[in-house]
Amino acid sequence: MKIFVVFPFFIKFIFVVPILVGIFGVLLPSFGYFPEIGGNKLSLDVFGQLIREPTLPNSILLTIFSGISSTLISLILAIFLSAIISSGDFLWCQKRILANFIVAINRSLISLIAIPHAAIALGFAFLISPSGWIIRWISLGFSGWDTPPELETLQDSMGISLILGLLLKETPYLLLMILISLPQIKFKQYIYIGQSLGYGLFDCWLKLILPQIYPLIRLPVFAVLVFSLSVVDVALILGPTTPPTLSILIMQWMENPDINFRFVASAGAVLLFLISFFSIVTWRFLEWVFLENHNNWQINGKRRSGKILQIFTILCGVIVVVICFLNILCLLFWSFSNRWAYPNVLPSIWTWGNWERYWNSLQETILITLEVGLISTTIALFLAIGYLENENYIKTKVKMNSFWWIYLPLLVPQATFLLGIQILSISLHLDGTMIFLIWSHLLFVLPYIFLSFSDSWRSLDHRMLMTAQCLGSSPLRNLFRIKLSLLFKPLLVTMAIGLSVSIAQYLPTLFAGGGRFSTLTTEAVSYASSGDMRVIGVFAFLQSILPLIGILLAFLIPKFFYRHRSEMT
Amino acid sequence: MKYNFINKIPKIFIKFFYLLTISVILIFIERVIVYANSWDNIVSKAKGQEVYWNAWGGSAEINDYIQWVSKRVKKDFGVIIKHVKLSNTADAVTRILLEKTAGRTTNGSVDLIWINGENFSNMKKNGLLFGPFTEELPNFKLVDFKGKPTTLIDFNIPVDGYEAPWGMAKFNFVFDSARVKVIPKSIPELLNWSISNPGRFTYPHISDFLGSTFLMQILIELTDDPNILNYPVKNISIFKRVTEPLWNYLEKLHPYLWRSGKSFPLSNSVQLQMLNNSEIDIALSFNPSDTSSAIANGKLPKTSRTFVFKKGTIGNTHFVAIPFNSGSLEGAMVVSNFLIGPEAQIKKQNPEIWGDSTVLSIDKLSQKYQRKFKDLPLGIATLPPNKLGATQRNPHPEWKNLIDSEWKIRFSK
Amino acid sequence: MLKLENITLKLFEKNLFNPFSIEISGGTIATVMGPSGCGKSSLLSYLCGTLSSEISGSGKIVLNGRDIQKIIPHLRKIGILFQDDLLFPHLSVGENLAFALPSKFKKKERLKKIENVLEEIELPGMYSKDPATLSGGQKVRVALMRTLLSEPEALLLDEPFAKLDKDLRERFRNLVFSHARRNNLPTLLVTHDSADAEAAGEKIIFLK
Repeated sequence: MKIFVVFPFFIKFIFVVPILVGIFGVLLPSFGYFPEIGGNKLSLDVFGQLIREPTLPNSILLTIFSGISSTLISLILAIFLSAIISSGDFLWCQKRILANFIVAINRSLISLIAIPHAAIALGFAFLISPSGWIIRWISLGFSGWDTPPELETLQDSMGISLILGLLLKETPYLLLMILISLPQIKFKQYIYIGQSLGYGLFDCWLKLILPQIYPLIRLPVFAVLVFSLSVVDVALILGPTTPPTLSILIMQWMENPDINFRFVASAGAVLLFLISFFSIVTWRFLEWVFLENHNNWQINGKRRSGKILQIFTILCGVIVVVICFLNILCLLFWSFSNRWAYPNVLPSIWTWGNWERYWNSLQETILITLEVGLISTTIALFLAIGYLENENYIKTKVKMNSFWWIYLPLLVPQATFLLGIQILSISLHLDGTMIFLIWSHLLFVLPYIFLSFSDSWRSLDHRMLMTAQCLGSSPLRNLFRIKLSLLFKPLLVTMAIGLSVSIAQYLPTLFAGGGRFSTLTTEAVSYASSGDMRVIGVFAFLQSILPLIGILLAFLIPKFFYRHRSEMT
Repeated sequence: MKYNFINKIPKIFIKFFYLLTISVILIFIERVIVYANSWDNIVSKAKGQEVYWNAWGGSAEINDYIQWVSKRVKKDFGVIIKHVKLSNTADAVTRILLEKTAGRTTNGSVDLIWINGENFSNMKKNGLLFGPFTEELPNFKLVDFKGKPTTLIDFNIPVDGYEAPWGMAKFNFVFDSARVKVIPKSIPELLNWSISNPGRFTYPHISDFLGSTFLMQILIELTDDPNILNYPVKNISIFKRVTEPLWNYLEKLHPYLWRSGKSFPLSNSVQLQMLNNSEIDIALSFNPSDTSSAIANGKLPKTSRTFVFKKGTIGNTHFVAIPFNSGSLEGAMVVSNFLIGPEAQIKKQNPEIWGDSTVLSIDKLSQKYQRKFKDLPLGIATLPPNKLGATQRNPHPEWKNLIDSEWKIRFSK
Repeated sequence: MLKLENITLKLFEKNLFNPFSIEISGGTIATVMGPSGCGKSSLLSYLCGTLSSEISGSGKIVLNGRDIQKIIPHLRKIGILFQDDLLFPHLSVGENLAFALPSKFKKKERLKKIENVLEEIELPGMYSKDPATLSGGQKVRVALMRTLLSEPEALLLDEPFAKLDKDLRERFRNLVFSHARRNNLPTLLVTHDSADAEAAGEKIIFLK
């Protein structure tokens, strides 16, 4: 099956080359070279100009603070949640109700990863704003505030609301990544042994499981880190304004009518790249310190019951689920409201009008969204399977992280290379074409598909495949009848994740689509600037419900299809 | 004897004959050229063209209006409009510039763009615009150049036929009459009002055009020599001297703003939403009848009203322009012409639809349209034209740039 | 007849065990024994052609006169049984058997053959049953019949009895051996249980 060799090469070609071109494309203008708008020589002037930007130091601090703390908190929360969920063990209580409760929390948390960031941020902003839903319920009870209290609950200067907004999305994602990589180690036995040695669940998890599982989720963690450092849409909605995060500053420079700000924007993008890079390096260093170098905490024999921590963890999990549920609910309410002003806890005038008004344009928008999503997901899945299948035929040992370059699009800030690639796409007449749009989505869909599918693929029992081969089944038959059939559920879940990643893409759609293709996300974000929650409600609700339906189907279809096969659901 | 016959004809006649022949030929050629350029020809070429119209897409009402335009233009002229909803117009300007950079001189991604002020100035400076074309639009002659000089000078930059005026805007304030009883009528009064009502007023972040327009409004009212603002900034010491009162004013105002001036709403629309939720009491607007249509749409409380300052406020015109590399020039021209036609302008001015004031001179229109304009409802919160006060000109774009960066240094650390 | 000549495995240029040769004629059961970690399972992988890439093997494998060392795994006609039944969980009991059956048998014949087999292993009419619902003893019987249905020319056994309790173990061992003998299959059993080796009663190789 030599044919599969083409997959790694092909993926490298369509991934690495354009991203390098993109990075190059912003490096040149950041050193002042952009002849068409009057920059003819290389110099450091642009960086000088960047450093003189008055808001820069605070923006950098804010970016690093919000990026690192949201990643760290969601990672810790995901680790603790995964301990409870995967062991089904909570406070040593074996009651069925509790077990069912944990399963329910788990399912809801996993489903949450399908909701795009922008939709979460939009709903969350309404929930926590000083005139938002929570305050309205409170003031209903105490009826003290006829005007909203002057609280900095939204877009606060410390970036707390931004961090919380990012948490809502990243915790479920990291949780899923941990859960799907668990089958690669015998975690149940280790926990069993650990507990028999007198360690509590969390102690076992931190001291025994985490050191084994962490290398498997390192890339997803880095992806989350870079994403948090460079996110645009969430920061726009939840982040502070004076000063904003660096990514927003870059956008503002880009959007500055004075064309010379493109130089500063490029230099800013390079700076953002450097910040991301050094954050990763620092993170990796700390990892090494805590997991490998100073691992005394693992062997000092301390045992804690962790009861309070368990309660706290479950509480956080419940809060995340409830908030996201309320997000969607208030978006739904808004989409059916004509008037819903402070301090009403429900709309004072209901209407079908918002949906009627957008129904016609919605159909086309949904169609394009699904078209781009499904095509890019299918291509990505095809490439991922081809790549993984090829691993079986190559003679050298496959290292766990040898395909890190697939994650390049997630490890380089979007704004950095998309900015750089724009001019190339325009000169190749590619911008505004469907192919280019799909490619740009593929850049982000493929890594996520890889992250979630490769773990399931690798945790397949190789003896199962050997048996099939020895039964005379050819590699292709093996691939379809055994591997893909056994992986039917992960396959569908992966597709749903791919679809939701595609639906969520804002910057790539904007850059590659040349504004000619409007998806639910571009519509939602462009209406977000209107502040009109009723319209935002329509688009953000659809934006979150569509991927949710996808993930629901991914759970239900195997249930129906394999309803007579107890090990398949 | 034939020669004799010819010789007998006076030379003057022969000369006349030659002249006549040449004139006939010239007239014929001219006719051909005129036909080739005539509006009819443009209309026939436009048929079937797709016009990618890049226009800010943040307002449901405006998007609906554009939808209506699309339907009409498709029916009447066979031109297909695709509305590209921008969240920031500069995006499209940058894209066109990049297209020029990349040598894409035909079939650009933008065919028509909603634009004014700094973006226009940039496009014109960089040669990104097609034109002049407005003279060729039959409806262009209906525009009220005399009463609305900003249709010819956009932020102190001469339009020169490179963009077609589409609508009029004027700076005004929105307030909730249920809560605000005494209205400030000048910039100093606004400061006093803020001091006695701390936390109840704010202005959008200066990255929003209305935020920077508010700064201009302060500057125009407080500076000794407003005329100097119509020209580029000569040097930095003049800038410092002229803007000194502005900074003093803001230093005094900011502690009494929403969140003590440490944070600002990102856009005007967000600010209006805050007014709706009683987070603030006074907000800004750039369209005098916006408030009326917002009330009609349930976006603002019924008690919302508007006011302007005694000395008047900044007003300007917004336009549509055609990029140099549009592949649908004729289609874009047909759309432009439709947009400045009386039918589209009446519909646009209706506060129940959009409420954007017309650029046309009502006197130049036919009786029928004159009556229709007069019959338009004013809207409950809209000030009648005689109460809107004088219209002040936007300062030259250079002032805005310098003030923006100075503002960031002072207030965005 | 399965002929193995100078078989050895290398990990990082180090031999896992000394080269050995053996001839196994049809219907006889040879046993390979050795301490854990000596490469017993890898040896079977080498014979099947599915050896993982960090281990390399050498030595000639001749099955019924065919040198199969260069042949790709699924054409080698070597069947294998592991200690886990490894029934495909997405297929029913009957479908698991059908998966193994060569495609030369057409529709009716296929069904007939599978039904016969099911009857033979005392699972009549269980074609569409979920394998997960079977008992341990039933599962191993299905796994054995699945291997046999693929018409192998040799049989490899990777400690197939290790996980079973004593009673079941003996019965299943007898079943496997009798089928191997009846089908005249050269069989190679890997085990660390001397009782298995005794029951096989033929040549024993100790890996060193």
